[in-house]
Amino acid sequence: MDVLYFAWVRERIGVPRETVQSSAGTVLDLVEELRAREARYAAAFADISALRVALDQELSNFDASLAGVREVAFFPPMTGG
Amino acid sequence: MEVRVQEEPFDLGLESVVFANKTSASGAVVTFTGVVRDTPEGTLDYMDIEHYPGMTEAALRQIAQDALTKWSLEDATIIHRFGKMHAGEMIMMVATAARHRKDAFEAAEYLMDFLKSRAPFWKKEVSKNGASWVAARDEDETALTRWQE
Repeated sequence: MDVLYFAWVRERIGVPRETVQSSAGTVLDLVEELRAREARYAAAFADISALRVALDQELSNFDASLAGVREVAFFPPMTGG
Repeated sequence: MEVRVQEEPFDLGLESVVFANKTSASGAVVTFTGVVRDTPEGTLDYMDIEHYPGMTEAALRQIAQDALTKWSLEDATIIHRFGKMHAGEMIMMVATAARHRKDAFEAAEYLMDFLKSRAPFWKKEVSKNGASWVAARDEDETALTRWQE
């Protein structure tokens, strides 16, 4: 699946998007896999209460299933307007 | 209903007039404009707004559609910019048109409340002292609860 990062999450991880091979069942499982990869991921995902997640471009939550999902995006709370 | 996400500036006067002239059924047109605010010390170099292409347009359409369902509106428009802009530049505007002003005012406030924390934009302030991401405010999240009924 494609994993996208925005704002300071993108800056901490160092790339705007990447393709990730994962068998994670939920968003939280995916976060655990990413955290275990490298320090920059651990830093970005240190506090998931400071993060939001979108699945296939719709806001979701960390308990959500990844079944059939093609695009996961992680970002801080939005500041539009 | 119209939603535009663009990098280039927009002409507030022109957009407002075009919008106001679109329907003769509307007796009330409300527009709101968000402007880049300088720091109290006047040190802002520029603001850089990032967004999530694809999701942004879909989220704005959904927010506008919800407003059209919730109030008796003749029309609604959202224009939101991304990229770099300086203090005093216009970031975004919403416009609502209704037969009567109460619907137009309330719907404009609703659009703004949801735009703040449900549309995937992120603001970064770059000043002489460095760069920092604008933090979401708790009040903005709380503001959404008043529309739940």
